[in-house]
Amino acid sequence: MDLIRRLFTAALVAGVLSGTAASVVQQTTTVPLILEAEKYEVVTPPPASATANTAASTAAPAGHEHAAPVRQLGEGVPESDGEAFQRLWTTVVSNVIAGVGYALVIAGVMLLMGQRVDARRGLLWGIGGFVAFSLAPSVGLPPELPGMAGADLAARQIWWLAAALCAGGGMLAVAFAKNRLVIGAAVVLAALPHLVGAPHPESPEGAFPPELAAHFVTSALGTAALFWALLGAVCGAMMGRVIDTAHDEP
Amino acid sequence: MTTRSIRTTAATSARTAVAAFAAMLLGSFLLYGVGFAQPQQIHDAAHDARHSFAFPCH
Repeated sequence: MDLIRRLFTAALVAGVLSGTAASVVQQTTTVPLILEAEKYEVVTPPPASATANTAASTAAPAGHEHAAPVRQLGEGVPESDGEAFQRLWTTVVSNVIAGVGYALVIAGVMLLMGQRVDARRGLLWGIGGFVAFSLAPSVGLPPELPGMAGADLAARQIWWLAAALCAGGGMLAVAFAKNRLVIGAAVVLAALPHLVGAPHPESPEGAFPPELAAHFVTSALGTAALFWALLGAVCGAMMGRVIDTAHDEP
Repeated sequence: MTTRSIRTTAATSARTAVAAFAAMLLGSFLLYGVGFAQPQQIHDAAHDARHSFAFPCH
């Protein structure tokens, strides 16, 4: 039980730290872009459809007093301070849970591999986590803004998971396997979801400017990279002693 | 290596594996909740986190 307690403590510390740090960074990187994109989300269809499309493409603000609004603000856009505060804290809690979840997975794999870790090697693990859970899925399914057209959600979730697990498993095999055949198979495994291809919508365009989507991709990946670097380094620092004692204990 | 030390090594690695898999299982459960679960309230609460972490959201 002592091992489980120390393992979970390490993951908890790493997850809370990285999730909190990500929350702070997100407020200046990804969240403003999400709020901006939600202004383009159509909640109720416009009454007159003929002119709506051209108005949408020029992104004119729907503020004319005599005309019916072309679109309304998305339901997620905070309309009051209370709503904004609730949105903030649920996001922070979600980030911390995601941080603890990822840290538990990484710490568990670290323990299974049984190799010595410290903060520096943990940083490498963090980079691996970033490649597996952020970069590899993003190659096929770039980070989405609200309002972007997407293929069937379940299909995208399955592909996301396949891309992440294949990349993660492939990297672990390349890093730790001794058999060259296994390493070769691991590279093929990591490439497999990308050879199959991610599910894409028939018409991929969103209503907002493409610059917004491009900016969001770099912001999301950059924030994720910071998150993973911190998570990996803290996991490595805290798991060092756990792994040493786990394999020495009678 | 004596029989006893082989037994203790096996017991240690079994315990290590159980702890590791317990952590990975709980971690996966948390990630499922934050990133994948579809009930409206969970989706709304995790919305900005999902987009920022590049989970498929809508």
